This record gives sequence, structure tokens and C-alpha cells, in this order.
Amino acid sequence: MRDGSFCQPCRPFCQIKQGENMKLSVILYSIYQMLKRTARKHPSFRARLHEKNFTAQIKVLEHTEGRYYVFRDGKLSSHSGVRPNPDITLTFSQSALAAKLLMPPHDQLARINAMKNFHMGAEGPDELVQWFMETMSQMMSLSWKYGTDMGGGVIRYTNGSPGGPMFVYVKDGKILRITPIDFDDSDAKSWTIQARGKSFTPQRKTTLSPYSFAWKSMVYSPNRILYPMKRVDFDPHGERNCQQRGISGYERISWDEALDIVASEIKRVRRDYGPGAILGSSGSHHTWGNIGYYLSCRTRFMNLIGWTPVLHNPDSWEGFYWGAMHHWGHSMRLGAPEVYGTVEDCLKECEMIVFWSSDPESTAGVYGAMEGSVRRQWLKDLGIKMVHIDPYYNHTAAWLGGKWIAPRPATGNAMALAIAYVWITEDLYDKEYVAKRTSGFDQWKDYVLGKEDGVPKTPEWQEGETNVPAKDVRALAREWAAKKTYLACGGGAAGVGGAARCATGNEWARAMVCLIAMQGLGKPGINIGNMQCGSPVDVRFFFPGYAEGGMSGDLENTGLSINMYQRMPQLPSMNTSKQVVPRLKLPEAILEGHCEGYPTDPKTIEGQFQKYEYPAPGHSPIQMYYKYGGSFFGTMSDTNRYVKSYRTDKLPFVVNQSIWFEGEAKFADIILPACTNFERWDIGEFANCGGYVHHSFTQCNHRVITMQHKCIEPLGESKSDYQIFLELSQRLGVALLFSEGMTELDWCKQLFDGTDLAGVTSWKKFLRKGYYVVPAPPEELRAPCSYRWFAEGRPKDVPELGPLPADYSEGFGHGLQTQSGKLEFVCSSLERYAPDDPQRPTMTKYIPSWEGHHTQDLYRRYPLQLISPHPRFSFHTMGDGKDSIVNDVKDHRILIDGYFYWIVRINSTDAANRGIVNNELVKVFNDRGAVICAAQITERLSPGTIHSYESSAVYDPVGEPGSSPDRGGCINQLTPARTIIDKSHAVASNSCLVQVVKWDKEQA
Amino acid sequence: MKKWHLIIDVEKCEDCNNCFLACKDEHVDNDWPGYSSPQPRHGHRWINIQRKERGKYPMVDVAYLPTPCMHCEQAPCVAKTGGDAVYQRQDGIVLIDPVKAKGRKDLLGACPYGAIYWNKDLDIPQKCTFCAHLLDEGWKEPRCVGACATGAIRALLITDEEMRTTAAAEGLEVLHPEYGTAPRVYYKNLHRFNKCFLGGSVAVMINGREECAEGAKVRLNNGPLVTETTTDCFGDFRFDNLERGGATYLLEITHRDYQSKGLAIDLEQSVTLGTITLVQIAA
Repeated sequence: MRDGSFCQPCRPFCQIKQGENMKLSVILYSIYQMLKRTARKHPSFRARLHEKNFTAQIKVLEHTEGRYYVFRDGKLSSHSGVRPNPDITLTFSQSALAAKLLMPPHDQLARINAMKNFHMGAEGPDELVQWFMETMSQMMSLSWKYGTDMGGGVIRYTNGSPGGPMFVYVKDGKILRITPIDFDDSDAKSWTIQARGKSFTPQRKTTLSPYSFAWKSMVYSPNRILYPMKRVDFDPHGERNCQQRGISGYERISWDEALDIVASEIKRVRRDYGPGAILGSSGSHHTWGNIGYYLSCRTRFMNLIGWTPVLHNPDSWEGFYWGAMHHWGHSMRLGAPEVYGTVEDCLKECEMIVFWSSDPESTAGVYGAMEGSVRRQWLKDLGIKMVHIDPYYNHTAAWLGGKWIAPRPATGNAMALAIAYVWITEDLYDKEYVAKRTSGFDQWKDYVLGKEDGVPKTPEWQEGETNVPAKDVRALAREWAAKKTYLACGGGAAGVGGAARCATGNEWARAMVCLIAMQGLGKPGINIGNMQCGSPVDVRFFFPGYAEGGMSGDLENTGLSINMYQRMPQLPSMNTSKQVVPRLKLPEAILEGHCEGYPTDPKTIEGQFQKYEYPAPGHSPIQMYYKYGGSFFGTMSDTNRYVKSYRTDKLPFVVNQSIWFEGEAKFADIILPACTNFERWDIGEFANCGGYVHHSFTQCNHRVITMQHKCIEPLGESKSDYQIFLELSQRLGVALLFSEGMTELDWCKQLFDGTDLAGVTSWKKFLRKGYYVVPAPPEELRAPCSYRWFAEGRPKDVPELGPLPADYSEGFGHGLQTQSGKLEFVCSSLERYAPDDPQRPTMTKYIPSWEGHHTQDLYRRYPLQLISPHPRFSFHTMGDGKDSIVNDVKDHRILIDGYFYWIVRINSTDAANRGIVNNELVKVFNDRGAVICAAQITERLSPGTIHSYESSAVYDPVGEPGSSPDRGGCINQLTPARTIIDKSHAVASNSCLVQVVKWDKEQA
Repeated sequence: MKKWHLIIDVEKCEDCNNCFLACKDEHVDNDWPGYSSPQPRHGHRWINIQRKERGKYPMVDVAYLPTPCMHCEQAPCVAKTGGDAVYQRQDGIVLIDPVKAKGRKDLLGACPYGAIYWNKDLDIPQKCTFCAHLLDEGWKEPRCVGACATGAIRALLITDEEMRTTAAAEGLEVLHPEYGTAPRVYYKNLHRFNKCFLGGSVAVMINGREECAEGAKVRLNNGPLVTETTTDCFGDFRFDNLERGGATYLLEITHRDYQSKGLAIDLEQSVTLGTITLVQIAA
């Protein structure tokens, strides 16, 4: 047919085909014209054309149509036809398909369908194909405008962070300032709640967490890694000197050398050892955005090379996941409660709030900046009574005031049982609710009254455990029962952090559920919350959080399949390795070659019972570690273990992709410098993480979605994570599977197009302005109040997809996720799984801490109980160290002799007994390690308890790494490696016995 | 003539440090010619948040006092340079001219509030500028105010007369009026920082068990001044806004069913009395 003559029988078909060929021919020619036009218009594009000399061919499979493009010394020429031996070739099965895929608007679903079904293919070096496709994409994107001209050469961009969205003012390519976003008149109106004769409306702007004001200082930190580095005594072809990790220095190398080493190590370990040899891990949190996030581009890359993921424990939930979930389900939320409508209900109905191990003013919920603060001020305006139960007089207590009750750490479950005792014996609970909505109460009641073990759980009994006077517990119990009371159990958002992270964390969280059930959870004014979640924003407007997987393509290990896979077509990515390592046992996996764990599985209650082992059958032990960032020394437990696990030949290769030279990054063989999200493109929403914290944006007063503009060029030679993975992919032949031929900005647009945003604004408008405020719904469309449906015996009406349909015993939407559908005082899931486990009985009981005042030998030597909550002025390690301005915050670090020391807080009596004065250096230590801190003497702790935040970014041992005191402040060197219970993967960092002495430098 | 004033509510400040960090964000590494040279990355506290803990476990409270330059009408730093190197603008903002004040380390001692800091590298004294460079560009407030999420800091452009009216209406005070510098920074609820409280808990024995005594009358006498309160459900009472400095207070606790109790307390600082148990009136 190539001569164009048609045979009669297929003449109509051939005519169509000829028409299609013609159309394609025009399109291919217009691409040539467009390329030339773009070069004339955009100097950057002209410069780009100088980057490569090659020939690109586009053609249909049967050679009926084609055109090639010759890039030579910045000049472009093009000819119709098919040329022999082009450098790259894009091939389409048919002209019609080629025409469709090459014509705007870009149809990614059509493109990936063509790729998956071999209608479309690319030959030639990945690097050139990627470059050609990016060049084609820039013909569109270069004309896009973004940012607001503020005059005087200043452009105002937008961006996002785990501490809130922000305006970023830039002049001459440098960040001038970062501010909250002030809304303008064109932004959607705010909501108003009418309660008790007053009107409550939030301020017309976003808020930021303290450390988010420090981003400029972190972007321009002297600790930024500006070029790839290699440890000086690491030779991939000779001596690796693994024991020198953390000691030896680094030398600058080129990107080519760094990426070649990493790519060849990936190939080597796969070739020599097989699946599973590549270990990969990141911190729990990354910088912000749906594309550059660790659950997005990194997951896609790691799936493309095959890896052993480090599985996260439910690190902030713990007791709610391993304990509370068995009483009420909520596996989708890792055992934490529903979060809807509670702001309005609380303002209208509630008379008292009990904050129990709950300090939202410190932890910002999670990602919630200071959005909840104004709402908590309204509680004061309304005169709602407040009680704060916490060993530390925390910042929420100090700010709001109210009664402070300070139990000894990890004994709160004893106090909770005593409250139940008062309610039972004085007839102060909701018997009708307990009868109708719960099961197993009588059995638990017998335990509380002492009929089972002979020990009535009286207020006097609890006093021996908690040190809280019995009279105070009786008074609290009576007041609680007399008033419509909200229970705020957990650090920030409902049900995370605090006492859930100690040796008795399971039993504490379980007891919290039992207590609120006794008072009628879900009735007006009786619920769980602290005004952090449940604001009346629009929960129906869809925009994803980072846990929904972005561009990961991973349907198994992210939330992609729930919404995004259908909305944002992309190639699936699947990890072929079946091996995983539990994060809290990572050192044992490396050093001992064996460990076991239990999963963090949100699908169903029973997910957490499925024990796994490392190594997995038929898989290789770990041979290389692809580490993303450097936080574990500050954030895991007994962290000298993690230090030691680096300094061994059992781990022959470590690459760390990091923004800053800190923590674990200093223990790598090769360091790849990543840039911050101010130096690359991304897109995200304020406080929207999705996943386990479904509808987490109800923490915000307004839903604010931001385009995360590339505000400045990457510093030094640093690159975006996406770009680093792309360049590695090119060396491994998977570049197109990684990028699908797109740039980061293209991916942002893909995501935009897949969300409800595309229905209410245009891409160009959104990109230019940088943010969109989702209108609050009219009052009648606000989400109903949590658990009201349950209290009233109606089908579930709160807008969440969990539990999965099969987990409802009585039909979809009827009852809770438990087997009975009721709130179970005796847990059917535990009766099925491990009815005789003394560490986790089928109903909640008092189990003393395995590291506390009952562990007498240890307590004698280490008589101080250390609690180490999530930090206030940094978000995990973000914000801390790095020469950030946060270090100057008086309650964060203290400058002594030119060094910013981490703070340990100690009662005046304990300090006096040790001769310690304020702002003096002390050694906090136990058998696991020693940390040098600055002492802050305070009355905000009872004697016997000390307080220091976890999550130092700085690890700075005064001697041998892994076995000498750390003056950086990694307080988690002291916390126990033991999991809350054996059948868990749960950190118990708030159960930690230590001693404190004045620091004598000679001791080092 | 309208002048810039700040009103800081001590009770609304929770030490989040957003004002302090926003100030650093604005001034570290940024040169604002005609207004200020860059602030050093570390060490300066142009808005210095001071902490005050009162009482003892288990009854304590904590207050924070953000202290910027007071932009005094009678500023000693202005006087010291004859209004040249340090000067007051028409809108009340006091600025240090970074060029003219070079080498003037002596200015640090001029400020009784300790609001001036020394920049060693640039050899200049520096302090809060009220973000005058932004206000002159049309911004409505300095960075510290924009950063505050709790409304603890307000900026007002009003006449001194209007400010005096506001201060009287809202019960505002200036810090250390005895310095006589006529500050333009006013504080609300300053007693949380510079006055004392006296608090405690009242208990009674009922059926051999200690119980919190709700509803006990507690009366505090100090000369002619008498204040009264009632214990809450935890038996707690607290008197605040008391003068420190050795004044003797007489405390009297009365309860319908129990014997009254009196205590004399010398108040050097805030006092947490702990639990006071009343004895039942004999039948």
C-alpha cells in the first residue's frame, strides 16, 4: 500500500486511513512549527535546544506516516518521512491513535492505555526520549504564568508545609519572607457558628506553625547539602570501611559519578543477591505536596527497582491502634475516633472538657498549624470548664487554664478505672446507653469493683499508682458525670500521641473509650475532641492528601485506589519483593539478620494480627539501604541501636537522599542532595494528609489548596527528589515508566485535573493566584456530628468510607466495626485472637508499666520518669538544627558556650537534690545511653517526672558514635526498644526511667 | 497626629513564638535601606518573650510577656543622640539609623527596657523597627501582629488621646511606668506577669474519706482591702492580682458544716498553699 494505490475491497478503509495519515502529517508538521515558535518566544527554550544533538523520529508502526526532528547545536530542522537510524523513535500502532495522543488537550488515560497495550512505544536512550517529551510538554507549559507581582521586583508565590500554607515573597531569585495567607474579597466566605447567643467566625487568613516561619532560614541553611558527596574512605570497587560511617568525612563528587555508583550498586545487589536486597526507608513525614512526597514519586521509583520497605509502626496512635480499636473499630483511622461536627456541637452543648494527655497547642493536631487555637479561645469566651490531666503542665493547660491533675507517667489507666469505679458505685453513668449501645459491661464492671481479682479500683487504690489524691479523682468523676463533657484524649487531633505512646498506652486508650461510652458517646455535648478537628468545612469537595499516593501508581500501599487512580490515570507500580522490615526492629534486621513484626493495616481490625518475619521466605537479606532523609536517631527508640546498625559490614552500601547534612545523612556512603519544596513544583492542601487521618482538613478553619510554586531555583547542585529518581531511572532503563514522559509541573496539572478543583476554577487561574479557598457549605450541608447516629441507633451518617462493607455484621452502615456492632467492653476480636494474653486482656485492666515505679531494681538506679512528647517548635526533625532560627526559641534550645543544647525540664526539688541550677548542662542517662541537655527548672512537673521533647535533628556524639553521650539532643537514645506488648509493633517512649546529674566534661 | 501603638494581651499569649520567628524571617538576611540593616541569624530578640511561672505544683500558672521596643514618646535612646542617630518619626515609630549609629554601643545602656541589641559584625545597635519599611509600603501591621494566631498582639494607628481612652476602657498598662518614658506599647492582663496569686485547696473528711470541699467561702484580708471567693468542685480557690513584696494577708476559710480556719501569709511571691483540711463542727 505504500505507493498509495488502493485495492478495491478495502478502498473505504484505506480512504479513512489516508485521511488519518493526512491529519497526523499535519500534526507532526505543526509540532515542528510549535517548537520553532516556542524557541522564538522563550529564551529558556532556545537555551534548552542547545543541550542535545540528536534525531527524534515519530512514526506509525507500519511506516505509513512519520516525521523526524533534528536537534543540532541549538538549531532545529525537520522532515517528513521515516529516517534510518534515528537516535530515538516514538512509535504508534496507528495514525489515528498517534493523532489523538499528540493533539492537545493531553489525555493521559489514552496515553497509558496505549502504553499498556503496546500501541505506543519508545526506542533509544531513556535520557533522550525523556528530554524530547519534556521539550514537547514545555511548548504548552512555558506560556503558563504564575505568582503575583507585588511591585519593586517582588513576586509573591504560594507554597505549602506541614505547618500550613504560605505566601512566599521572592526578589532577584531569593526568598525575602514567608507569611500566612491573607484572604482577599474574592475568596470564599468563612463559616459562622451560632451558639449560646454568640456568633463565632474564624479570622480571614491561614495560620502557620512556629517552625514554618523558619523555612527561609532552613532553605538558606549552612547545613544544606549543595552537591553530591562520597565518604572519603568508601570505595565501591575496593575497601568500603563501613565501620567508619559517622566518623569519616566526605568529598565532593559529580552527579554523574554519584548516580553511576548508586545505579551500579542497585544492579549489583539485585544481580548477586536477588529480590529484597534493597532496603528503603524515609521519615514519617517529608516536605509538603502530593507529587514530591515520599508516598508519591519515591514509592514509584522504589517499586520500579524492587525493594524491602521499612514498615512504619502507627507511631503517633499506638494505644489507639493496638488497644482502643478492639472496642470500637475505626481501623481506617488506626483506632482513632470520628472527627465530624464536633466544633459546633461542643460550642452549643458542652459544659466541660477533660484534656487527658492532650496538648493541641503544642502539637498543632497534625499539620493543623494554629487553626484550632482561635476555636479553643471560644471555649474560654463561653466559660466552658476545663480539666487538664498530664504529668506536664502543658501549653494548652497553661494557656487555657483550668484544673491541672498530674498523674505519674504511664499510670493514667489506673486513674481511669477509679473514675469508672466512682460512676458505678455512685450510679453516675448512662445505664440506658450502656445497655443499648454496648456489650460486655457487666463483666468489666465486676473487674472494676474488684469481684474478679479482689482489688476494687477505688480512688484510694489509684492514688498508690498515680500519686493523684483520691479526693481529686472523686471530684473529677462527679463533675464529669454532672456535666455534658467532651473527652480530649490524645495529643493533638483526636486520638493520637501522648499517653498512647507508653508501656500502658493500650490500656489507657482502651479505658478512654470505655469511659466516654459510660457517659453516652455521641449524645449532645458528650463526645471526643478538643476543638482541633470537626470544623464545619466542606467534606464533600474532593482533593487528595499525600497518603492518597500522588503519582506513586501504588494501589496496595497507598490510598491511591480509593479515589485517585480513577481520577488521575497513571501507570500502576508494583513492588515485586514480598519482604518488609518493622521500623522499630530495623537495627536487629541488619545486625542480627532476623526480626518479626506486626502490620499497620487500616483495612480491618484483624490486620494487626498478621505477624510477619524478616527475612521473608526466598528473599535476600538486606545488602543496601536507600535512605531518604535522616531522622531516626531523633525519632525512634533506643536509637544507639540505629547508630550501630550503620557501622557494620553487614550493610555494604548506604545512599542517603537528603536536604540537610544532619542525623543519619552523616552515616551514608553516597549523599544525594535534594532540594526543598520551595525549589520545585508541587501541589497540596492545608493539613490534608488523607489516609489514616481521613478528612484531616477539618482541623482547618478554611480548606486551602495551594499550588506549590517553584519559588526559586534549587540551591547549589541540589535537585528535586523527582529529578534525582528520574536520573537514576534513566540509568536503569525505567525512565519512561517513572515519568510517563512528564515533568513535575505536568504531574501537578494531572493531579489538578483529577480533583474537584478543576470544576470550580481553571488551571491557569489557580496556577497564577496559587491558592483556592473551598467555600464552606451551607449550614444544612455541614457534616453531622460524630457518633450522634450511633447514640440514636440510626444508620451511620458521617461521611467516611470505613469500615469496609464486609465488616458490618448487620448490614452496611449499621453499627460499629466490631463483631457485635456495639461498643464492646469485652473485645470479641481479642477473644478470637489471643483470649489469654496477659499483656492485652480481652477487657481493659490495670497492667503496671514494665518500666516504671514497680520495676524496683531499675527504679532505684534510675528514679526519674522521663516523658518525651512530640516537640512544640519543630515537626519531628523539621525546623530543628540546621542553624534554623527556631534554635533561638527559648523553650526549644538553650545557647551555652556557643552551642545550642536540647532542653530537659526538671522540677525544682529534683534539681535542688542534684545541685542543678537553671540553664546548666546536665547528663540525662540510663543503661541505653546518655544525652547532654540544658536543664530548665520548672514547677510544671511534679517531683519525680522530667520532660524533654523527642525528635532532635542533631546527633553529635562526644566520642564513639553509638556508645558515647550525645550533645545533639537525641533523647530517644534513652527510650526503650521494647514494644508496648509482644504482639505489636508499638513504641513506648513515654515509659523511660533515667537519672540526671550535672554534666562534667571530663566524664566524656 | 496618629501614632502607631501596640496592645499586647498577656493572657492571650501562649509562647508560640510566631511573632519572634516572623520578626527574624523579616529581618535576618534582609537589608531594608533607610530603616534597618540585617539582623544577625542568632542572638537578637527584637521581640523578647519572657516567661513567668507562678506557684508550685500542683497549682501553677505560666505567663508570657512579649517585649519589643516600646517606641517611647520620651525615648532615652532618642534623647541620647539628640534625635539624630536615633529618631522618632511623625507616626511615633522610633528608628535607629544604621548608618549614623555605627559604633554607638553606648546606646544599649540608654534603653531601660533592654530592647536594643548589638550587631558585632556590622558594628551597629539594632532593635524593633515596627516593620516601618512595610507600613510605608502600605502594609496594615508589622510582621509580629500578622503572625499572631491568637490575637494577642494588635497594632493601632491612633492618636495618643485615643490610646489613653482605649487604655482606660480596657484596663491597659504600660511596662514599668516608673521609667517615665511614655511607651506606646500597652499590656492587658499584665498582672499575670508581675503580680502574685495566692491559692490552695480545701478538703473535709466525710465518712473517713477525704473529699474536696466545694462551696467553702474564702476571704482574703489585707488592711482595708477584702476579697472573697468560693471554692470550686475540687475545693480549689485562688486570688490573683495581689501585690508582692512582703504584704501580710489574712486568709479566712468558712464552711457551713465545718470549723473556720484562718491563716496569715506573707506574700513575697505567688503561693500555693496545698490542701487545707477543715474539721467538722461537733454535733
